[in-house]
Amino acid sequence: MQLKAEHLDFRYGEKTPWILKDVSLQTESGERVGIVGPSGYGKSTLSKLLAGYVRPSAGRVLLDGEPLPEKGYCPVQMIYQHPELAVNPRWKLGKIVKEAGDPDPALLERMGIEPQWLSRWPSELSGGELQRFCIARVLNPRIRFLICDEITTMLDVITQAQIWELLLEASEKQKLGIVVITHNMALAERVCTRIVELPAINHAETKENRQTDITKSRSFITKRNVSATEGEGCADRAV
Amino acid sequence: MKKKNEKILEIEELTVSFGMYRKGFQKSDLEVIHSLSLDVEEGEILAVVGSSGSGKSILAGAALHLLPGNARTGGQIRYRGKPLDDRACKRCLGREIAFIPQSVDYLDPLMRVGKQVSGVYGTKERQRELFRQYQLPEETERKYPFQLSGGMARRVLISGAVMGDPKLIIADEPTPGLNVEMAMETLNHFRKLADGGAAVLLITHDIDLAFHVADRIAVFYAGTVVETAPTEDFRKGREALRHPYSKAFIDALPQNGFRPLPGTQPYAGELPKGCLFADRCAQRGQECEGQIPMRELRGGKVRCIHAT
Amino acid sequence: MHRLKREHRHWNRRMLVTVVTAAALLYLVGIFLWGTLMDPSYYAVHYENKLLPPGLSHLFGTDFMGRDMFFRCVKGLSNSLVIGVLAAAFSSVLALILGIASAVCGGWVDRAVNWCVDLCMGLPHLVLLILISFMLGKGTKGVTIAVALTHWPSLTRVVRAEVLQVRSSQYVQAAYRMGRSRLQVAWTHMVPHVLPAYLIGLVLLFPHAIMHEASITFLGFGLPAEMPAIGVILSEAMNHIATGKWWLALFPGLMLLAAVLLFDAIGDNLKKLWNPGSGNE
Repeated sequence: MQLKAEHLDFRYGEKTPWILKDVSLQTESGERVGIVGPSGYGKSTLSKLLAGYVRPSAGRVLLDGEPLPEKGYCPVQMIYQHPELAVNPRWKLGKIVKEAGDPDPALLERMGIEPQWLSRWPSELSGGELQRFCIARVLNPRIRFLICDEITTMLDVITQAQIWELLLEASEKQKLGIVVITHNMALAERVCTRIVELPAINHAETKENRQTDITKSRSFITKRNVSATEGEGCADRAV
Repeated sequence: MKKKNEKILEIEELTVSFGMYRKGFQKSDLEVIHSLSLDVEEGEILAVVGSSGSGKSILAGAALHLLPGNARTGGQIRYRGKPLDDRACKRCLGREIAFIPQSVDYLDPLMRVGKQVSGVYGTKERQRELFRQYQLPEETERKYPFQLSGGMARRVLISGAVMGDPKLIIADEPTPGLNVEMAMETLNHFRKLADGGAAVLLITHDIDLAFHVADRIAVFYAGTVVETAPTEDFRKGREALRHPYSKAFIDALPQNGFRPLPGTQPYAGELPKGCLFADRCAQRGQECEGQIPMRELRGGKVRCIHAT
Repeated sequence: MHRLKREHRHWNRRMLVTVVTAAALLYLVGIFLWGTLMDPSYYAVHYENKLLPPGLSHLFGTDFMGRDMFFRCVKGLSNSLVIGVLAAAFSSVLALILGIASAVCGGWVDRAVNWCVDLCMGLPHLVLLILISFMLGKGTKGVTIAVALTHWPSLTRVVRAEVLQVRSSQYVQAAYRMGRSRLQVAWTHMVPHVLPAYLIGLVLLFPHAIMHEASITFLGFGLPAEMPAIGVILSEAMNHIATGKWWLALFPGLMLLAAVLLFDAIGDNLKKLWNPGSGNE
């Protein structure tokens, strides 16, 4: 399967500045494409467009040539940065995890979700635990693409590694396509098979003469040969 | 040389619990911070690092008496050697002690931001100077908070906090919503304040930021600090660190092994006896079930009996 | 180790609030039932007992026609409660419908509702009440409709804000993308979110409605003079207050005040219990 964004433009109102202008992107099942760039470059907006949360001002998002379905379960799902906002605080987790249909018990176990968590309120779990629920509730057989918008930014690094381990496994097993939006280059290099950069919108320029196609920007393959004992790089890496 | 510096903020055996209703009229206490100890000296930045939602913000709230009515605190908090009680805190907050809250909702929505920043003790000139420093356009001072972007609102909060000449700055997640350059700028500003003699307590989930700017790092786990160590030790890698959780922390960084430690932080209501990290630790034994005190080790502090 | 310690103080806030609310409710329901079921002979005219001061046989004294003021007050307050509750209930339903429509439909519906809210809130409340009641020929009908039609704007704003907030929340958006229908989302996510704020608003409307009913009756634009109502009683008392018949105004006034304050206490207590910020205190 293929998820394709064609010449997306986006802004909130007629007179507000453009947030995205002529952005195109294409990704296949099983691929993990990382979109990096500093905050304020419209990364979050792009993820909402890809998952069909908002409609573009111009351009379209196609899944195997078809527009995303308006109703029913959407095969392109999105995970947010703040899991505590993505679950209803008045629901217990047992109900939350069933929102898109009954999940496979084996999946819950694999996700590290402990059975006693199901009878708790969201305020009684940490962000990392809630994020597992957010992922578990969309990982059903109908999902094809998962958009991850800074999903581990607010978590500690151990939980971050745990969550990505789960997602990488799902990506391999289910041929799930993942779009990884992050500002953390080291993380992107770790988990992605391809990395693209979202260029800045320069508001001083006129909107006509700016053409950006992020599929044309540099892509590179993940470096997997970083040795575990090398703690050196931590400090001097750009934050 | 560090030994001679005055300790600005000392927190000893801090315990915070919240009264919560279970069912009906039954009320019980949920302890979220357990015998936490740390201190910040003049001229240094101490970063408290831990995952979001694990109670780091409660630490700042407890130190400054800003917690809601159902919270109860125990232990000692001292500011420059004197107990920081409610009255002392009210007197110092905004002058000697600056607090940068996590949420931009702390701005008064009905007051122009220039006025909020200069506040009771500041001056207009200083506020303009700070706005220039944080790249806030001149007209920002006449705007109301809802007219600002998230990043601008955060910069306004920071300028308000450093308005006076604070001796102690407590910053709770000051960087989300800022772009990389602004975040660096902010942290460099903290660095300058610290070099000028202030003590900075930086509460953050972002270990990279902590690496960049802090002198010492305190690792926060399940409501307490398990290790305090010079940032240098974190840079050196797992061998230089003391607590097994901090070692696992280093291993899990994407630029290192990206190897996750299995298990999760225990829920505040169901903590294990003794060592809070025991069920995830390879070295655990019978002896881990007793009280585990914080102890000095190789220029840092650790809460583990096996650490060497 | 289980670090949940039982609290040993015997009275916590939740208990206190529940007891206060129950007592207030009991008083108000008691007055209402007693008044509706009361035999009219209790407050009948007895010219031989004209203007007696308060005493054992007549707790609140008697008026210029020898009617027992205590029973008249209970009956009057009960009448006021009925009108207040009716009007508040109608107002709140109107507020619910308009608030939801305004938030869900948006566009011109939202603008129209907001315009009406601003219009109603911009006019002096009492003037609007008198105008409507007068147009409808005063009496019970006039005053009930007038009170019902003027108390919705503030609650409409509350409902609209709550719906807008929950509608734009991430969990509602995610629910749509996970295949939930509009109706399912409305019922499972939105109603439980809006309900607490709505119920608190409803309870806090009662004292307003009762006060306003009493005021326009007092001014002579409300309930007819032959009906026992707090407004009527107070306005009659005005004729006698200069001659030292203090009990005619004092006791009915106190009873009205008590009813209003109790409703207010119930509303405030519910707010404390349901508000996540203070719910655990």
